[in-house]
Amino acid sequence: MVSIGAAVKEPGSTVKNKTGSWRTFKPILDKEKCIKCENCILFCPEGCINKEYDIDYDFCKGCGICAEECPVKAIKMERE
Amino acid sequence: MEINEKEFLAPGHRACAGCGATIGVRLALKVLGENTVAVSATGCLEVVTTPYPETAWRIPWLHVAFENAAAAASGVEAAFKTLGKDANVVVFGGDGGTVDIGLQALSGAMERGHNIIYICYDNEAYMNTGIQRSGATPYGASTTTSPAGKQSFGENKPKKNMPMIMAAHGIPYVATASIAYPEDFMKKVKKASEIDGPAYIHLHQPCTTGWGYKPSKTIEMGRLAVETGSWILYEIENGEFRVTYRPIQRKPVKVYLEAQKRFRHLKDEEKERIQSIVDSNCAELKV
Repeated sequence: MVSIGAAVKEPGSTVKNKTGSWRTFKPILDKEKCIKCENCILFCPEGCINKEYDIDYDFCKGCGICAEECPVKAIKMERE
Repeated sequence: MEINEKEFLAPGHRACAGCGATIGVRLALKVLGENTVAVSATGCLEVVTTPYPETAWRIPWLHVAFENAAAAASGVEAAFKTLGKDANVVVFGGDGGTVDIGLQALSGAMERGHNIIYICYDNEAYMNTGIQRSGATPYGASTTTSPAGKQSFGENKPKKNMPMIMAAHGIPYVATASIAYPEDFMKKVKKASEIDGPAYIHLHQPCTTGWGYKPSKTIEMGRLAVETGSWILYEIENGEFRVTYRPIQRKPVKVYLEAQKRFRHLKDEEKERIQSIVDSNCAELKV
């Protein structure tokens, strides 16, 4: 058989790597203030905010885009 | 617009905190869905999403060399056609892999009329290898191969007008987009997927590491590029040109320049020169 090069057979396997350890500042969402605009969900580079607006801290690198783009300032960045 | 809540790019990838490229890919894949094969040229995206033996991709994904992503995608599309299967074939190439190294393969694929979507995620330099200039680096930007100093004021050539080069191929769909305008971008990806034939989307994507701004400002930087007229959002559908977003009042370009380390060395007269380049680009496209 001809070699096809390197193949990875497990889709999405980077989930084994918890990038939450990179974080210095942690986003904390106040769900009372949240108006469910979806900005944080759309703009998260990790895709680690789900439709219930729960942030997956296993992967959040703490970039702070969510806090920056929240129109009602419902997300605060707190030092770990 | 109904947005698919599924994520086709898994977290755990090694992109910098605040990476714009992965935001772009996530949004595009939300539109294209699981019936999609992605091809990547060498670049940041390929490196950060596939640290062997892991992959962040939840759809079939193929990595080839820097120069031949469009050729490999042509083959994937032709194979699907022969097998009588229907799937989206999308390419993600960086600006280096698109406007410089991959240009001839891309030109050929567009010329042959393959039914593929080519998305160039443009962070305006070779970020993966340490911020070397590319054809997409804007006038005045300092990079490691166009460094600002006594002998040089940074990149001394204008940004290559890649979307118009693609439009000159006479393909059915060409668009520019920005990750800071997700609905506009996603609508364009949708159109690109529905059109029969090649489609090209040039996605402007700020880079915290290469441009020198705080990681939280990635979207803000993309927005400033558009609000100052430094990046113009338009589409060309079957030859019809249309601006898709017009800033109500264009902000002065220095607001965008002064927010980034790569432009920090510029003197007032150089900023004015950049303002006049932006003004003439905006006048040409009626923004």
